[in-house]
Amino acid sequence: MKRGLVALADGTVFEGISVGVEGISAGEVVFNTAMTGYQEILTDPSYAGQIITFTSPHIGNYGTSREDDQDDKIHARAVIVRSLSRVASSWRSDMPLTDYLAAHNTVVVSDVDTRRLTRHIRESGAMPAAIGSDVDSRELIDIARATPSMSGLDLVSSVTTSETYVTETAGERRGHVVAYDFGIKRDIIAAFTSRGFDVTVVPADTTARATLALAPDGVFLSNGPGDPEPLSQPIEAIRGLLGEVPVFGICLGHQLLALALGATTYKLPFGHHGGNHPVQRLSDGAVDITAQNHGFAVDLWTLSGSETPVRRGLADRTHIPTGIDSPFGLVDGTHHNLNDGTNEGLACRDIDAFSVQYHPEAAPGPNDARALFDRFVDTIGDLSAEAQ
Amino acid sequence: MPRRSDITSILVIGSGPIIIGQGCEFDYSGTQAVKVLRELGYRVILVNSNPATIMTDPEFADATYIEPITAQSVAEILRKERPDAVLPTLGGQTALNVTMELAANGVFEELDIELIGASLQAIEAAEDRGQFKELMDDAGIATPRAHYVRTTEEALSALEDLGLPVMVRPSFILGGGGTGLAYSAEQFDEIVSNGFAASPVGELLIEESIAGWKEYELEVMRDAADNAVIVCSIENIDPMGVHTGDSITVAPAMTLSDREYQEMRDDAIACLRIVGVETGGSNVQFAVDPRTGRRIIIEMNPRVSRSSALASKATGFPIAKMAAMLAVGFTLDEIVNDITKATPASFEPTLDYVVVKIPRFDFAKFPSVDPVLGTSMQSVGEAMAIGRTFPEALQKALRSLETGRLGLGADPTEHELESVSDDDLLLALPVASPVRIFEVAEALRRGLDAGAIADATAIDPWFIDQIAETVGIRHMVETNPNDPEILRTAKRFGFSDAQIAYLWKTHEADVREQRSVGSISVTYKTVDTCAAEFAASTPYFYSTYEEESEAPPSGPKTVMVLGSGPNRIGQGIEFDYCCVHAAFALEETGYETVMVNCNPETVSTDYDTSTRLYFEPLTAEDVLAIVEVEKPMAVIVQLGGQTPLGLAGALEAAGVPIAGTTPDAIDMAEDRERFSRLCTEFGIRQPANGTALSAAEAHAVVDRIGFPALVRPSYVLGGRAMRIIYSIEELSAYLTEMYGATPGGEVDLSRSPLLIDRFLESAIEVDVDAVFDGVDLYVGGIMEHVEEAGVHSGDSACVVPPPHLSTDVVAEVRDITRRLADGLGVRGLLNIQFAVQGDDVFVLEANPRASRTIPFISKATGVPLAKIATRVMLGESIAELQASGVLPPTTPDLPYTAVKEAVLPWTRFPDEDTMLGPEMRATGEVMGLGDSTGMAYAKALSGAGHKVPNEGSVFLSLADRDKPVGAEIARTLTDLGFKIYATHGTAGNLARHSIATTHVDKVGEGPYDPLRLISEDRIDLVINTPAGGKARGDGRLIRMAANRHGIASVTTAAGGLAVANSIAANRLADGAVLSLQDHHKAILQ
Repeated sequence: MKRGLVALADGTVFEGISVGVEGISAGEVVFNTAMTGYQEILTDPSYAGQIITFTSPHIGNYGTSREDDQDDKIHARAVIVRSLSRVASSWRSDMPLTDYLAAHNTVVVSDVDTRRLTRHIRESGAMPAAIGSDVDSRELIDIARATPSMSGLDLVSSVTTSETYVTETAGERRGHVVAYDFGIKRDIIAAFTSRGFDVTVVPADTTARATLALAPDGVFLSNGPGDPEPLSQPIEAIRGLLGEVPVFGICLGHQLLALALGATTYKLPFGHHGGNHPVQRLSDGAVDITAQNHGFAVDLWTLSGSETPVRRGLADRTHIPTGIDSPFGLVDGTHHNLNDGTNEGLACRDIDAFSVQYHPEAAPGPNDARALFDRFVDTIGDLSAEAQ
Repeated sequence: MPRRSDITSILVIGSGPIIIGQGCEFDYSGTQAVKVLRELGYRVILVNSNPATIMTDPEFADATYIEPITAQSVAEILRKERPDAVLPTLGGQTALNVTMELAANGVFEELDIELIGASLQAIEAAEDRGQFKELMDDAGIATPRAHYVRTTEEALSALEDLGLPVMVRPSFILGGGGTGLAYSAEQFDEIVSNGFAASPVGELLIEESIAGWKEYELEVMRDAADNAVIVCSIENIDPMGVHTGDSITVAPAMTLSDREYQEMRDDAIACLRIVGVETGGSNVQFAVDPRTGRRIIIEMNPRVSRSSALASKATGFPIAKMAAMLAVGFTLDEIVNDITKATPASFEPTLDYVVVKIPRFDFAKFPSVDPVLGTSMQSVGEAMAIGRTFPEALQKALRSLETGRLGLGADPTEHELESVSDDDLLLALPVASPVRIFEVAEALRRGLDAGAIADATAIDPWFIDQIAETVGIRHMVETNPNDPEILRTAKRFGFSDAQIAYLWKTHEADVREQRSVGSISVTYKTVDTCAAEFAASTPYFYSTYEEESEAPPSGPKTVMVLGSGPNRIGQGIEFDYCCVHAAFALEETGYETVMVNCNPETVSTDYDTSTRLYFEPLTAEDVLAIVEVEKPMAVIVQLGGQTPLGLAGALEAAGVPIAGTTPDAIDMAEDRERFSRLCTEFGIRQPANGTALSAAEAHAVVDRIGFPALVRPSYVLGGRAMRIIYSIEELSAYLTEMYGATPGGEVDLSRSPLLIDRFLESAIEVDVDAVFDGVDLYVGGIMEHVEEAGVHSGDSACVVPPPHLSTDVVAEVRDITRRLADGLGVRGLLNIQFAVQGDDVFVLEANPRASRTIPFISKATGVPLAKIATRVMLGESIAELQASGVLPPTTPDLPYTAVKEAVLPWTRFPDEDTMLGPEMRATGEVMGLGDSTGMAYAKALSGAGHKVPNEGSVFLSLADRDKPVGAEIARTLTDLGFKIYATHGTAGNLARHSIATTHVDKVGEGPYDPLRLISEDRIDLVINTPAGGKARGDGRLIRMAANRHGIASVTTAAGGLAVANSIAANRLADGAVLSLQDHHKAILQ
């Protein structure tokens, strides 16, 4: 057994056993509280630049399966677990997780007091960290300190597709969606193709004109890693698309839509990463349990020009701002997070555009919010039917 | 929607006595529910026949009815109380069944009462298998594939469709006759042809077999706004085919990928919607084919359940409390998560630890059954453990069970498997049993193929590998004595110091010392529902070996209460009740309390019962570790039964202050020699007795003290150890049976000396519970047993006030109690069992601790004895408590009679002889209250589920010694118009008393065969007392037949007379019911 270490930029060190490939890796350390779906999490491009701590103690139990990959590679910089399974027990598994991690050249430290680490992140915030074996803890702390913070960093350019590509629906064709790839997950593309839409995936820097030239029935803004603010090109492109074509955004796509509308975003202390976040819909109070993975959040109040209300007790949906003026007409907050009251969704009243902070495609996580895809494709389906 | 204001009063139905399959989890659920409903301002009316529950404490409801949970008595309560609503989903199957019966009788309609929590339609849809299957099929949720067939051709085409193995179930048959699992075409042909013959309608259901599939449960909550959350997923280690109550289970599910888990989650929520469970918690069970992932739904329970109690303890999410709130109109997002205080209940708990539950069995008490697990639940209790990993939780759970195991092997008991050959071990593995987990570990230790073990057991390979990894660590420990790094690793895999000491051939203290040198110390983590994502103030901890401990700094005025561990026969809910009362009393008087227990079913392990809860095994190592952190000023060991008493010595040796009576005084009461000397010194009579180390000594002792004699080994060797012996021949047979004869015919008693007492025939047994503070004695109550001495006190009914004791006897009982309390140095509770023969009072035993009767006597007299005792243990005097009005000046004179009746698990064990004896076999108890002993007893019998007839025929067969009482029984019953069937001897005796009977034949002879009379429903009551020592023969067959046919059966003469009198009283009853609160008010008037 080889000793592995995790060092945080604030000098805190955690001990474990190195079980992945040799080497040192650095990035922002975050924790994910999902109890299933490690493979989907590992391959989610939104984790680019981050080290994932799984709070669930046993990881790898059911192995890995190609059909669960969200991308071709593991985007996380490194992985921290309490216990990594030696075997893969599932009729679907085609490779044990240990082999999978090795194949993807991932640094892994196991046997860590992940709960201590999680509590530390909760109290001190997500921060740069370095992990590795065969290394002095002081050296590792220095590496962590030298690692840049996520704020202001453009991570999208490292995960977006370089080429435009098309995935066609296998069923009866209902229409065509252009998806901006800021780090798109495969299950999102599948959510459209399974509903009868061809999906043209375009690079993050695609202009509005280029997108409109593809004659989409709707444009989708994908999830992706890191801070939305530095992404000026996509924000500009979105402004060019709003009102021209229906727009739907998820996660980073939601944040980019908000920025395009003139709202602001800010960094959360330790983000939302898990599969149990309650999100309430303003219109009828219904609550979905949602999958989430983001370190930044949208502030719609800045757009309204009024103070963010101070929260007392449980999150209160009367605190969701509505009817806010924007350059694109009125904007409504549509959803909020019941844990911390943060914004979870918005919709434009005068044009066809809406977005949510959480992941209706789940993968991993609950399927409660799947209907959002139906809502979008029904809108654009109707529009394209009208056009014909 | 917030709290409903259109209803103001709610009746909550409890679950009645503890029985196999329905344990004290429903007290935990019910207590949570009544607490929150009252906090919300509703008038709460409660019905529950079980006095040992916290929920029936008079302060928990506005009106508490300790009445039988029958349609008749609940209807009476409803008519009297006129509640606006009935909440039926918290009292297990009992509450659902009585609710359906009341609905069928039109009572709810008649009184305009609303059902909340689950509608009648939802209950019916979930309970009716056919309807449920249809609903699920319509919704696209898979159920087992099946075909109804009426011809051999149809059967063969069904087989072709389903493939082997298949389950064949003949339609409309009783008791499963003709049902079978076919693994081959030949077997199939045979079962099918037998099946057609067995089915009265010539129809078979041919169903795919799901034995060996993986089994899962999801605990779902749904609110009136259709928000639904999964509180917890549970995976059974034992596959389909073993009842989930008898399976080792793990939370959260360990071997489902996200895709599969989410699909299961979708199905579970859809199932609640389709069945129509509008609000509350439900349990949905699934089976998954490990080869293909195909998932089918097995069943759903539209109510809180054993699993939901487990899920609540496993996650910190209080399901029953939430269910009650949802039932009165709240939605999940309106309820604050108690643990974070800042987030709502509309979320799904996420775990950063592993929970393992292991059932506990008492097969030794029921020799008629093999210890093999199947689809019918047989366990009597369970232990739960929390660890950061599965191996740690598994090992902690195994040592929590208190079955003598230190963990997953690595203990002296593991030698039992050493002599088993590899082949035999592999043959044993497919059979689910309480020891299979050890067999798996042993097979892995021997290096047998893990794949073969997984195949043989149908236990998921992941669990097998985790066990293999643990066994690997064991090997490392074994081969590297005193290695500090390996010691640390072993601790992280849940090995106890005792296991490591065993492997290193050293003492536990040495391992502890090595841990201290290596700074390998235990840490405590919080159960917080959210994997540390949010700050939590939950005072709920478990131990593990990690870098950071979250236990708070110890408080200045902390008292620790040690709980009673898993329920078992002889140590059940009554002791948990006492521990909970201690926590309440301490909180009321300004102490911080720390509860240590490992039983997930209990109120004591609710995290808001005490200031802090440690969900931990009750072993010296685990408890001392908590003591180190909490630094309590005192530890209470006398309330949790034998479990904490067994730890008192180790605690005292470690310098831990014990509250109240000292371990030495406890030892004095338990050590026969010391106790006998004390009795002699104080001039207190005991039955003549002796101890034998050899057969010759045993004969000498019985020569001296005479027959009949009560004998038992000093250490129980298994089986029904205690027996009443009437002759030398019986003594010899007993010795051979218990100890096994050597080749020379000699019997070796030295391992476990034989304890012999003169058995006092026809004596009245009396139980006393009292509190002593060193100066004053408060007698809680004097209880007279219905059955004679010789029947275990836990199996006999008892009555207060005592109907047959003279004033002199009562005075002497009080006097002896006082002298023994003083002589033993009791500070706190004292229970004494007496035998009264005529005017002679003998002491059978004294226990300076909480007894099983504390809850009953507390409820009967309105004085909470366990609370009083707790305050006395911590230094308050009885005089002070009396002066401040906490305690009445004298034992209250009751203007009514209270009867406690034991509840025995005969329906679970149809081949068991129902004869009562000195070995306890009751699983629970009920209480009856009435104006007379007869009335109170009638209610207790009804509460216990006995179908005592008001008229009809009685079968009477009595041992010679019981014949005088027999005449009285027969006279009472004939006066009531009963027809009496009697055996030869009994009939002759009754004829001499001019009582006419119908003479029956011996079993198997003649037209009046008692077994035939029973099977033809011509007998309504059986009173059969066995002749001295002879448990076999006709009597046994008759008792078993009565049990199978659900006919009330009495096995003692005193019990028979009490039943006869209760029938007389019941005939006169007007059905009126009175709440416990009103009963208590009558004491004061």
